[in-house]
Formats: sequence, C-alpha cells, structure tokens
Amino acid sequence: MFGYLLNRLWQSIVLLVIVSIIGFAVLNLIPGGPLSQFALTPGMTQEAMDRIAEQMGLNRPLPVQYLDWAWRLVQGDWGTSYRDGQPVLNVIGRHVFATLLLMGTSTAISIAIGTWIGIRGATHRYSLFDYTVTVGAMIALSIPTFWFGLVGIYIFSLKLGWLPAGNMYTIGDGSALNYLRHLIMPSVVLSLVNVAIWSRYMRTATLDVINQDFVKTARAKGLTERRVLMKHVVGNALIPMITLAGMQLPGLLGGALVTETVFTWPGMGRLFLDSLGYNDYPVVMGLLMFSAILVLIGNLIADLVVAAVDPRTRLD
Amino acid sequence: MTDKIRNASTTTRRQALKMMALTGVAGIFAPNLLGKPAFADTPPSKPTGRIVIGFSQEPTVFNPLMPRIEVDDGVHFSLFDALFRIDPEGRFQPALAAEVPTTENGGISKDGLEWRIKLRDDVKWHDGTPFTAEDVKFTLELVVDPNFRSWRTAGHSLVRNITVVSPTELTWQMETAFAPYLSILADTFIVPKHVLEPEQDRNTAPFNNAPIGTGPFKWANRVAGDHLELVANPDYYGEGPYVERLVYKYIPDLTVLYTQFKSGDIDIIGSQYITPDNFDEAKKLPGKVVNLVPSATVECIYLNLGRPQFQDPAVRQAIYAALDKQTIIDALYYGLPTPTESYMPQQSFYYNPDLPKHEYNLERARELLDGAGWKPGSDGIRAKDGVRLSFTNSTTSGNHLREQTQQFIQQSLAEIGIEMSISNLPPAVMWGEYWTKSQFDTVIVGIIFMTGADPDVTSRFHSGAITIKGGRGANNGQYANEEVDTLLEEGGRTFDPEARRAIYNKVQEKIRADLPLLPIFQTVTVRGHKAGIEGIVPNINTRIDTWHAAAYRWKK
Repeated sequence: MFGYLLNRLWQSIVLLVIVSIIGFAVLNLIPGGPLSQFALTPGMTQEAMDRIAEQMGLNRPLPVQYLDWAWRLVQGDWGTSYRDGQPVLNVIGRHVFATLLLMGTSTAISIAIGTWIGIRGATHRYSLFDYTVTVGAMIALSIPTFWFGLVGIYIFSLKLGWLPAGNMYTIGDGSALNYLRHLIMPSVVLSLVNVAIWSRYMRTATLDVINQDFVKTARAKGLTERRVLMKHVVGNALIPMITLAGMQLPGLLGGALVTETVFTWPGMGRLFLDSLGYNDYPVVMGLLMFSAILVLIGNLIADLVVAAVDPRTRLD
Repeated sequence: MTDKIRNASTTTRRQALKMMALTGVAGIFAPNLLGKPAFADTPPSKPTGRIVIGFSQEPTVFNPLMPRIEVDDGVHFSLFDALFRIDPEGRFQPALAAEVPTTENGGISKDGLEWRIKLRDDVKWHDGTPFTAEDVKFTLELVVDPNFRSWRTAGHSLVRNITVVSPTELTWQMETAFAPYLSILADTFIVPKHVLEPEQDRNTAPFNNAPIGTGPFKWANRVAGDHLELVANPDYYGEGPYVERLVYKYIPDLTVLYTQFKSGDIDIIGSQYITPDNFDEAKKLPGKVVNLVPSATVECIYLNLGRPQFQDPAVRQAIYAALDKQTIIDALYYGLPTPTESYMPQQSFYYNPDLPKHEYNLERARELLDGAGWKPGSDGIRAKDGVRLSFTNSTTSGNHLREQTQQFIQQSLAEIGIEMSISNLPPAVMWGEYWTKSQFDTVIVGIIFMTGADPDVTSRFHSGAITIKGGRGANNGQYANEEVDTLLEEGGRTFDPEARRAIYNKVQEKIRADLPLLPIFQTVTVRGHKAGIEGIVPNINTRIDTWHAAAYRWKK
C-alpha cells in the first residue's frame, strides 16, 4: 500500500512538471502579452510598455522565467497576479468558496436525482418512465447551459420576479436566505446536465449488475425484490460511480465557466476566463496547477475508495 | 460648489466665454454641472442610501499611477483627486489646487517654463492626515521613478526642481514649454506621501489594494471578481458625496449587464453601457432613464502607411470614397453614431467643423484609381508596378458589429477592384505587438485621440512617434508629414486656447487631406440609470462616466 502511494506520488510529480511546462509554453506563445490591454489607453506608448515589461521581468528569456516561476512554486510562492497585485493563492482562495457553494449544491442535487432516475430506469426498462427520462436526458445534454440560464432568468426573474437574475447575494444583505435564493437558479440549471449524465451512467451500471448470476441467486434465496435491489444491485452498481465522482472533483472546484458568467457568479470558471483574457500568466498558471493537482487527487481518492469497497481491486 | 465657479479660470474671462459659446453642443448633453444648480431638490444634509454601478470589466488597479484601464479610472475618480479636473465644457476647474495656473494669473510664466501651484488648505487624506504640497511633490517624483511601474512619464519627465515653498504652495521648472501638461496633471491623481514613502517597493505596497485618497469616497472592501464597495467621506472638501455607499459591480457579459439593469439589480449601467441593439427596448423600460451620450471615441479604419499599397494618396482617397458610412451607421449601428470627418470629438473646443464632407461614390473611387494608374489584373484586382491592391483588415474577434462592418466594406471594395481579406484576432493578441509594432495592414478600431480635453496628438501623428522606426509614441500607422510635425510642435508650446485652436484646426485639415486614417463615425453610447437618481452628468473629456460620482444622489 505504502509502495503504491509512493509510486503514485512520483508519477504525479512528473505529470505536474510536464503539465506546467506545456502550459507555460502555450501561454507565452500566444502573441500579445499582459500589457496589451493597456495599448489603447490614451497616451500609452510602446516605450512605456517596454519599460513596464522590463520592470515586470517579462523580457527575460522564457526558460529563465519558467525556472524562476517553478523554483518559487516549490518554495510555496505561487506568484502575484498581474491584474490586481494579489498573491495567486489568495486570488484562487477567494473564488473557491463561490464555486464550491454552487458546484457542491448542484452536484448533490445531480447525484441524488441522477442515481434515483438511473436505478428506476433500469428496473423499469422500456417503461413510459424510462422513455421519458431517456428523451429528457437527450434534450438536457443537447441544449447548451447558457440557454437554460437565459431562459430561466427571462421567466423567473424578468417576467415572474420570483428569483434574482444573478449574483451570489444582494450587496448589503449577506443572510443565508439571500444566498439560498440566489443559489436556486444557477444550481438547478447546472444540475440539468449533470442529472442527465449521472442517470445515464447509473442506468447502464445497474443494468450490468441486474442480470448477474448473484442477483438471480439472491432472488432464488427468496429475498424481497426491494432487498435484492438495495443490498445486491445498488451497492455493486455504485462502484463505477465512485470513479466517476472522483473525476468530478476537479470540476467541483474548477467551476462552471458558462453558468458562472450568465449568473454573474464570482467563481473559478470566471476567474480562469478573465485571467486568460488579460494574459495574467501567474494566475492562469496557478489555476492550471491547481486543477492538475485536483485531477490527480480526485483519481487517487477514487482508486483508494474503489479498492476499499471492492475486494476484486485490492491494491496489495 | 460655488467656490469652484469663482475659481474657474484656465484662461481669461473673455476666452472662457468664447469657449463656452463654442462648446454649445457639449452643453446640450452636459447641462449645468458646475454652472448653476439644476437639480430639482436640495441635496440631503448627510450621505444616505446606496448606488450600485455595473461595469462590464473588473476594476483591479487601485494605485492610480500604475497601468490602468477605463474602469479603473472610474474608481480612481471616486477615491482620489488630481490638482484640477476638466468639466463637461472642457474648462479646467481647481480640485486640490486652489486655482488653475495660467500665464495671466502668474501660475505659469510667459515662456511656459516656470510653474507655481497654490493648493487648498482644507484637504485631509482619508486617514485624517492633512494634505500638503509634499504629497504633490512626492507624486510627481514617483511617476518618473525608474523603479516604479508608472503608466505614463510623458510630460512628467520634463519637470525639474520641484520646490515646496509652503504646505500650500510649490513651484517647478519645465525643461521645455509643454502646454498639454495641464491636461496631464488633470489626469494625474495625487497619492499620499506619508503612506507610500516608507514602502520598500511601491509596486506591491499594501496601499495598492487598500488605497487612501482625498476623494469623495473612502475604500471599504472588495470582493474580487464581484464588486467593490466605497463609503462616503464626510470630510470631503468639495461637492457631495450624497450617497453613503457606492458599489462598483462587475458583470462580465454585456447581455447580462443589460439584464441586471432591467431587473433592477444595478442602479446605473456603466461602461460598456447598453448595446445599440437594445436601445429601442431600453428607452421604453418603466422606471429607467435611458439616453444617448456621445463619447470621444472615433471609430476609424486605421491604415499602415508603411505598406506599399497605401503610399499612393489616390488609393486612400478611393477607399474612403468607397466607404458607405451612412449604411454602416443605419443598418449596423441602429442609426445612433454620428458620421465624422475628424479624429477630434465634435464636442471638443478644438473640433474643426469645416472639413470637406465625405461622399460615398463608387464611380469617383474608380476614377481616382484609374487616374493614378491602378489597372485591374486578370483576377479583377487592381495593381500598379507589381503592387496588388490587396490587404488584410483586422479587429478584435467577437465584436459582431465590427465584423459585419468588415464584411460590408469588403464587398464595397471588391466592386472597385480592391481585395480586402479579414483576419481577426483576440484582444490580447490584436493590441499587442501586432498593433504597437505596426504589423497590421489595416484595422478597424475606436480610438480616443485626445489627452483629457487637450488636443495634442503628437503621439499619434508626429513622425517622431513611430515605434518601429525608433520613435516614442503610438503613431502605429506610420504617418509622417513635416507640416503636421511643425504644427504639433508649435501647438505643444502654445498656451493660449484661441491660438491653439487655429493650430489644431490646421492639423485636422491636413489629416483629413492625407487620410492616414479613414474616420467612420464618432461613437455614441446608450446609458441608463434608475429614475430617481440625480447628479449624473456625462463628460466627453473623461474616459468614464463616473468622473463625478460625488454628485450622485437619490431624489427624495
């Protein structure tokens, strides 16, 4: 077990180095650079921009810039944002809460509803329920989330006035109820797609298990259908779902770019988009490393949990 | 407020009156801000309420001397003061200074080299420390400090021997006479010496994220990626503030920005305002006031004169003649912007209204090209001496109106045997070296050519301002005309507004004749706020509408 973890850790570090080199190279290959946003400021000159680039160390050779960045990172210094001069970890930290709140809520909704729909669809295969859900999932997957978002805002905010049109809370009112009201629409919109995905996976996984011999044995033992389902089918069908959930972890903290933009939700997805737009290299690199680490951790946790619940995949 | 009127004097009284008469157009849009109290009711005795202003870009730079974008400026105006400000009529008004220095009042010597600034004695920083001449000296020295990431050193680098005479008076010498410096000073917010001087590195000082100014509002807090909140400064020396809390809310998408204006989540829709396609709907919204406000941005086709195709004036004239401005304005921009012949905003005191009128005429365009010897080749594209009339046009990708404008122009030009291909780039790429180092053929761009209210365009049109030829400036189209150079140098040395107007009118004539850029229109923005908010006054001489948020208030 310990040897396995050490091995995974070693692989992860190599992977992170590769990811960071590629990310850094791609970022710097894009022409423009962090100062181009100021080019249209009246009175701004190339001379001034060259001077500022010099002061920011942007005209050093790229390998030097990379090594400088990497060495600081190893020491725990993630750098400073070009946009607002804040340490990158602070910048990320301040956006993580918003994303965690939104994605956590929506993931909880999706898993609960998706699992239920999936199981019911499998046990009542080719029923009206199954067909309806299959078509519904198809539609939810095909329509982009921003469309759902805009339609939702149009109906529930502008026409009916039931829910706010966006934002995480009303400025000046930080009560839990206020957060909750703002949370409803974006989390439901995000869940639409995720419920569709989860229910499809769950349905397939349940069908895989439902025809296995041990399920027949359980029935033959005279167990009630309910007991067969809860004890033998669902437990086994959930194993592949654990891996899927592990892969959702980076998404959970990485944010939902489109939904966050439509609902003015100050989360990680928007931070990434904004930082990219401004060529804020330190923040983009920080986000890249952050999500790479999350992917690795998510997969590791999933593997460990699967190993714990499924005797067939014990690691030692 | 009355103090400011008494002190208003960039120029003599006669000149000021003339300027007011001449800038009547601006007066329509900018009534009576600093003139007479035009508001229906009296201001509240103490700041009350909250106003939320939506911006489509996030303000992130709070040290006003560092590189910044438009929305950063908008916040700086609430937190800081410069020595002077420029009112909607283009006149200088004293802010931290007690009066505006002129050659008449002795603030500026006849040769323009000796400056003397008198300051107010009743100003305090937000932390209670008195504001003095030391702060001004510190600021003017900081902007040229080689270790400081100053966004602009132009003008400031000419200042020598800053001497603090008393806490309310300082003097300096200029290396050369430089009239635009008054405008640059009006755009240079003063920062506190007692806070910044002890810092090792002013580029990363805590001040930059918790600024202390002298302005009508104090820093309260910022939720990165979402909003920032300011509170009223009860000790403000000038007019206002009337609202207790001012919130700048960041809403990154123009559609969502407008939606939140409709739903009432924001009280004022700030930069980039309402998109033209929503104007008809917006003006009918209940409980909202929506109006058109000209901005100083001139939308133009900017030519790179370094390309052989564009060196022949006949080609530039022919492309201009083939430009169907009115259709672009009516069909794509909902008829809102104003066609223009000059790079100078029409509300400016220095605008030249007598430039030849553009006429859309494809026949004339063909004649011009035929006459200059540009003959259609086998592919229908004209050529002369091995140079084909073929070029690319670029703009920021994702700007749908500009993309449609490009396609429209492309078709017009094809009819006269000119091939224009479209090559659009994301903003960070477009406005990088591609733009600053003249790597483009042509671009469609909206530019503010002025420095505040100052007509100086040396950095845009002087032959010494071409970056890739080793110059200092932003003459990215590589325009060079000796006469224009001479005029610009003369204009920079001249302090009398009347004399300067004659000079810059001539510059506009030359530019209109040479056509280094083809002006399409002057931009008009669609602005809106909730009914019941008063004190919002547009100002063509500032880049952002929140230049005077101190006067915003809710009607009782």
